[in-house]
Amino acid sequence: MSFQAVVFYVLSLILIVAAFRVVTAKNPVHAALYLVLAFFTASGHWLLLQAEFLAIALVLVYVGAVMVLFLFVVMMLDINIEKLREGFWQNFPLAGTVALVMVAEMVLILSSPEANLAGFKAGAAVAADASNVRELGRQLYTVYLLPFEAAAVVLLVAMVAAIGITMRKRADSKYINPAEQVRVRRNDRVRVVQVQAVKPEADTASDTNEQQA
Amino acid sequence: MELLQNLLGTEAGLAVWTLLKILAIVAPLMIGVAYLTLAERKVIGYMQIRIGPNRVGPKGLLQPLADGVKLLMKEIILPTKSSKGLFLVAPVLSIMPALAAWAVIPFTDTMVLANIDASLLFIMAITSMGVYGVIVAGWAGNSKYSFLGALRSSAQIVSYEISMGFALVGVLMVSGSLNLVDIVNQQGHGIGGGSALSWNWLPLFPLFLVYLISGVAETNRAPFDVAEGESEIVAGFHVEYSGMAFAVFFLAEYANMILVSALTAIMFMGGWLSPFPASWGALGASGVIWLLVKISLVLFLFLWFRATFPRYRYDQIMRLGWKIFIPVSLVWVLVVGAWMMSPLSLWN
Repeated sequence: MSFQAVVFYVLSLILIVAAFRVVTAKNPVHAALYLVLAFFTASGHWLLLQAEFLAIALVLVYVGAVMVLFLFVVMMLDINIEKLREGFWQNFPLAGTVALVMVAEMVLILSSPEANLAGFKAGAAVAADASNVRELGRQLYTVYLLPFEAAAVVLLVAMVAAIGITMRKRADSKYINPAEQVRVRRNDRVRVVQVQAVKPEADTASDTNEQQA
Repeated sequence: MELLQNLLGTEAGLAVWTLLKILAIVAPLMIGVAYLTLAERKVIGYMQIRIGPNRVGPKGLLQPLADGVKLLMKEIILPTKSSKGLFLVAPVLSIMPALAAWAVIPFTDTMVLANIDASLLFIMAITSMGVYGVIVAGWAGNSKYSFLGALRSSAQIVSYEISMGFALVGVLMVSGSLNLVDIVNQQGHGIGGGSALSWNWLPLFPLFLVYLISGVAETNRAPFDVAEGESEIVAGFHVEYSGMAFAVFFLAEYANMILVSALTAIMFMGGWLSPFPASWGALGASGVIWLLVKISLVLFLFLWFRATFPRYRYDQIMRLGWKIFIPVSLVWVLVVGAWMMSPLSLWN
């Protein structure tokens, strides 16, 4: 077995275990961390396919940003996993049937002669100085320019929508404009009051005397 | 290397040779980390008109060793009801990216462990994983202080990574490459004839500032150290850690500082290139010594910031990251793009 094959099987084993634990882990934070492991291992697979840009982008985007936000939310939620699992065995027959149908479909598609899986060659050996990123950029910005731009517009719409949903003026917001804070001078906040130093009046002195007596 | 390959066979020889090279990078790095802690205490001491540590060894030079031995001797306490496995994995998660990123850092144009094509992307991906150490540590300790630290840290790192990424987009636009060696070599020619004037910091000055400040924020250093915030949340994410587990977080923080300084030196300050024109003979010759000088300079800035600025408030940090740095870097990326297309371009 070649070195690449050993790496492939080790990564695959880790990937399958991690993916399985994402579903079965009792604690949602553990599940999210297993998902991080699964992403990281999958990027290892892409490296084996010599797709280093995709592999690094997967780690950068999903592991480095998306999953951090995911964890951020999951850590703050109080999820009762027992309650979520209550109806598990009731729904199991339906879910199992759906899963079986999906597996059967995949097997049928992939094993059909039309899919021609055997016809796919392993990635042709690239020249040592060929730049994966340069090649990808060239393809994206020439051949696939239109779909690429369309995808960008779709993402922009999603982003605007997400911001639009959360952006509303809250009455109880205590936000202060930092520019105003910086501009504050002493006279805006502090008022110096001259208080005359005076002797206590005669009648108050007699009051205290009476209380003592 | 050939000797090793003759002794052990081609593949094993290569593996041993690579291991030796890794050792040659990590050992000086660890010594650098140890003495950076001493330098920090000394520099801040003098800035505050104190002497700093001066008891252990001549002029306090053995202080880092004493600190290390003390931490090694201490017990690692596992809090009850903590998530034990994750609690122990968290320090490893935080130091791993700080060390792994050094694999692609070039010291001169030939002295580099792995001269890969997408090394800039690799650095960004690996350093973006450092936050998991902080988040996992904060969550696994089952303490409210450390949890608050973890939440602050994740919000901060996600915000500043974007502006940092955009600053690097500017660099890769002008150098036309993701390879760190090419990025430095590109800075070697230009109007300044390869001197300090032709490096990236001048034409990309706004991006340079954004990168430097985001770098301070990414490493959770003062004035962006809300994740630790000792006056508010005791010690933030590592409040439950003791002994060597705490020391590993400490090592990771300082290793990250050195890493960010090295990256700043490579991306914007010409890496191993000399600040003088090449015609100046020995002074103009490039070499690893220049890189070390530049790294030390940026590290000194880190310490200087800590002695100078009070800690930012959380909402001020978010505002600075999202409302100032991201627009500034986006606009400058646009300016650089237009500049490169214009006849005035410096980068042909």
